[in-house]
Amino acid sequence: MKSEESATTGADLLVKALIDEEVEVVFGYPGGAVLPIYDSLFKQNRLRHILVRHEQAAVHAAEGYARSTGKVGVVLVTSGPGATNAVTGLTDALMDSVPIVCLTGQVPTHLIGNDAFQEADTTGITRPCTKHNYLVKAVGNLARTVHEAFYVARSGRPGPVVIDLPKDVLMNKHDYVAPKMPVQHKSYRPQVKPDADRIEQAIAMIAAAKRPVFYTGGGVVNSGPKASKLLAQFVHLTGFPITNTLMGLGSFPASDKQFVGMLGMHGTYEANLAMYNCDVLINIGARFDDRITGKLAEFSPRSKKIHVDIDPSSINKNVHVDLPIVGDAGLVLEELIRAWKAKQPKIDQKAIKAWWAEIDGWRARNCLAYKQDNETIKPQYALERLYHHIKDLDHYITTEVGQHQMWAAQFLKFEKPNRWMTSGGLGTMGYGFPSAMGVQIAHPEALVIDVAGEASIMMNIQELSTVAQYRLPVKIFILNNQYMGMVRQWQELLHGGRYSESYMESLPDFVKLAEAFGAVGLRCHEPARLDETIRQMIEIKQPVIVDVLVDKAENCFPMIPSGAAHYDMLLGPDDKAQKPVSEEGMVLV
Amino acid sequence: MQTASSHTISVLVDNEPGILARVVGLFAGRGYNIESLTVAETDARENLSRITIVTTGTPMIIEQIKAQLDRLVPVHKVRDLTVEGPHIERELALVKVRSTGDKRVEALRLADVFRAKVIDAKTDSFVFEVTGNTEKVQTFIGLMGNLGLVDVGRTGIVAMSRGGDAL
Repeated sequence: MKSEESATTGADLLVKALIDEEVEVVFGYPGGAVLPIYDSLFKQNRLRHILVRHEQAAVHAAEGYARSTGKVGVVLVTSGPGATNAVTGLTDALMDSVPIVCLTGQVPTHLIGNDAFQEADTTGITRPCTKHNYLVKAVGNLARTVHEAFYVARSGRPGPVVIDLPKDVLMNKHDYVAPKMPVQHKSYRPQVKPDADRIEQAIAMIAAAKRPVFYTGGGVVNSGPKASKLLAQFVHLTGFPITNTLMGLGSFPASDKQFVGMLGMHGTYEANLAMYNCDVLINIGARFDDRITGKLAEFSPRSKKIHVDIDPSSINKNVHVDLPIVGDAGLVLEELIRAWKAKQPKIDQKAIKAWWAEIDGWRARNCLAYKQDNETIKPQYALERLYHHIKDLDHYITTEVGQHQMWAAQFLKFEKPNRWMTSGGLGTMGYGFPSAMGVQIAHPEALVIDVAGEASIMMNIQELSTVAQYRLPVKIFILNNQYMGMVRQWQELLHGGRYSESYMESLPDFVKLAEAFGAVGLRCHEPARLDETIRQMIEIKQPVIVDVLVDKAENCFPMIPSGAAHYDMLLGPDDKAQKPVSEEGMVLV
Repeated sequence: MQTASSHTISVLVDNEPGILARVVGLFAGRGYNIESLTVAETDARENLSRITIVTTGTPMIIEQIKAQLDRLVPVHKVRDLTVEGPHIERELALVKVRSTGDKRVEALRLADVFRAKVIDAKTDSFVFEVTGNTEKVQTFIGLMGNLGLVDVGRTGIVAMSRGGDAL
């Protein structure tokens, strides 16, 4: 339904434009500058508004919504502190390429620059942490700006877009004419179709490979579910091994025998050694991030590298590649498959077989092994049991940031894209819970679990009030080791075991905390009771906090210490003594 | 090791508020150099501005700078004049000299040699307008140093490719 009416206020016009963009839900928090918008929201019933308890959570919730649906997430916050509180979420969305449109209130145009009450230079502050931003100075530009913002947010490499809305612009009147959809930006046209001759070259390189590996990332997920299907198809056509980045988990089925697990700092032994020893590296939608490459000089030193990315600035940024292909992961995969089928290239099966035998040798090291006893719950065990109980259910996982996040990436298996929401680039503690709310809003019937640490969860704990208000049955699965686990792990490995400020003093009683907000709290510290607790958590159709008291000393392995190369992995606690971290490595985070 | 070299980059952008801050912020935020920067509207009808940036970096850094500029939403085109064949660079300087007697006469004579124009004159001062490539402008300013130089204003470099091709 297109809405056309004469002389509406800017705020009404904004709501109409959002409806025309097929927005269903807005995550927000009111304040003086956006009151006209809240008034317009009150008078309609097409847009649903979810009232969060902190603006940062609004952005993370919109991120969870966007990443689990592929749609643009929408945020509405007020001027000044509303906008500055949203900055962490915006930066998170920029780093992880999540399409967000964030509407911020602003003081009236005649007061801009006056240090007015709740004024902040929002476009100035958000310029480096958004894909693009706008300050709307006249109501006549409002609708076009909104539509353009959605186009920019979702086109090319997706990202957050801020629209700063002065209060007088929201109150002035103007006609709304529904635009011809989809609206485009007048000049911004990111390249999505790959060059044909690059595809030919890629096929030749891939076909000639003797020790190849696919290294794929979030770009495949962002391209849409079809890209993941095409990726599986192409990887099966070649029979080559594939590893995923943290952001790419789910873009290839984890249970597939060609999958060698996640790579990088806490990736599997087999994935990292495959990267180090390969002769052709096929990167689709990943960005050679420092958590992936380790020591740059020794990163996959003998391979020819193909890099498929929709963002030309990701190419040759950290690692020089031999064949860059600019384009959308899905479209590139489509072309690769078509060219492969047309060419029917002959692969050196003998070499590939020998390569697989080598990889299987590394797999046999069983790098994720841990020792569970009858006394304390190992965090890995808790996640393995969690996965056992949820694997046949329609489930979505979000995480906070730290050890639990890495264990979740290692021990939960993702078969489909858009099921795994984690803060990869920015590493934002406090991301997981609000993100899970956004996922639950988009998928009301699904089981949504935030795998958390007891430190991270405290960073957005106020959102318990939001889940209570909207009866969102989000599950918070806390792996509680009473430490900022990853900080403690680094202090143990790099700073002589001086646990400076990483012990969590005065933690709340999470069971009582849950109850205070009308949620259900469960606690478990015995391995024998774990299964029963998880089952209970799943059965309760309300928000639940599960406080799983886990081994306080457990570290996350494998680990490539910073500054080290892929072959230099620590495989377990007994491995660390021989390999002290270099000073150069200590400087890196 | 790759060696760093100077590049002159032309950027065609929408003339909208904040565009210069976006470009400058990109350089500051990612630790790139700006040696010279000029910006002005060049097409009023299409509302376009042209930014000329002189920067230094290794080939990998220069490639990054161009890719990063190109992905800014209001940026239409990015051209590296240094690598895309012959081009011309010019800048303009206003040079104020305060002197009397021989020094004043010498300043005027040198201005003539450099084809600098006198655009303001008092009995004890001149303002010269000199244009040319950076080296020429630099040399002229250097010579004025001994002849009563008190003030300099420079535009920074504007550049364009030779031949008929447009940006």
